[in-house]
Amino acid sequence: MGDIIVLAISCIFVNNILLAQFLGNCPFLGTSKKMETAVGMAMAVVFVMVMAGLITWLVDNYILTRLGLEYLRTIAFILVIASLVQFVEMFLKKSIPALYAGLGIFLPLITTNCAVMGACLINIKEEYSFVQTLVSSFSYAVGFGLALILFAGVRERVILGRVPKPLQDTSIGLVTAGLIALAFMGFKGMV
Amino acid sequence: MAKTVVQEFTKGLWDEVAPFKLVLGLCPVLAVTKTLENGVGMGLATTFVLVGSNILVSMLRNIIPSKVRIACFIVIIATFVTVVELLMQAFTYPLFLKLGIFIPLIVVNCIVLGRAEAFASKNGIAKSCADGLGMGIGFTLSLGLIGSVRELIGTGTLSLPFLYNIQVMGDGYRPFSFMVEAPGAFVALGLMLCLMNLVPKKA
Repeated sequence: MGDIIVLAISCIFVNNILLAQFLGNCPFLGTSKKMETAVGMAMAVVFVMVMAGLITWLVDNYILTRLGLEYLRTIAFILVIASLVQFVEMFLKKSIPALYAGLGIFLPLITTNCAVMGACLINIKEEYSFVQTLVSSFSYAVGFGLALILFAGVRERVILGRVPKPLQDTSIGLVTAGLIALAFMGFKGMV
Repeated sequence: MAKTVVQEFTKGLWDEVAPFKLVLGLCPVLAVTKTLENGVGMGLATTFVLVGSNILVSMLRNIIPSKVRIACFIVIIATFVTVVELLMQAFTYPLFLKLGIFIPLIVVNCIVLGRAEAFASKNGIAKSCADGLGMGIGFTLSLGLIGSVRELIGTGTLSLPFLYNIQVMGDGYRPFSFMVEAPGAFVALGLMLCLMNLVPKKA
């Protein structure tokens, strides 16, 4: 049990997928201008990442490794993720059209969100068990959501300030992200 | 306003250089640019995938049904990524180890899918090839530039790709290791974007 908690904390804070491992930065900068889209994106990622983590683990352990097809891992994983995203998209379109419209282009782009694919690959690389995969996928997704929502909050304030013209928008966004990453570095050595 | 093949090539070098102007494909830009060598290696791998997938998508653009095009593009891209992964494992093993999971993650680099969808699926083979090459070289140069800035300030050395490290700063230089840590990547890219915005736009 203790191991699981340590794993969760290290995935959320210490090895934060956005700020320490640099995965999923496109949606991080793209959907963080408004709190609303940031929350939507975070939710979508939590759902997709947990499902993708579990399914890719099963695919890898029961199909690819058994048949000696490890070199097809990249292709197999991306197909699993792409079909999952399609499913989430259809679900949101029917049941929450407002959120669907808000997320716009970034929903299909979860397919190309390296955080999802990256988390799946890390799970395999670290040779996690099924339970560990469940915990780490969920924690990575929570870490992603946490960083995204924090960043969106800061960014909403930054827009109100008077930023020099060449620094505006993405440029100041990146510097802000750097400062948040600096704050997250404080967690290093905790686990 | 049809552009020539040459124009398709050169636009990737400055006008639409991916990491800066479009702010796409940032994950490898931030993660592997600790040193010049890593940056260039990653850039070249991405260029190979970009050119290959652009050519294949453009060849198949009339055969692929538009409803399932994204899935088809992804399979094509994933194939090229697997090729590059195996090649790097065979010939440049130390670099393969350093880049780690970022090689399979070229699959999910927005630039590659973006070019397949926005350009190669609508244009001929020669133009798509030029577009992929231009974008790829622009990407490689940007990665190399960010990598050298971070490495120079962060460690005081410069690792020439596939050769050796050279000490640039004198012995008295105390490395500013912030630049090679995670936060330094964001700040370095942000400030370089700012510098790029200062360059006046062509009319």
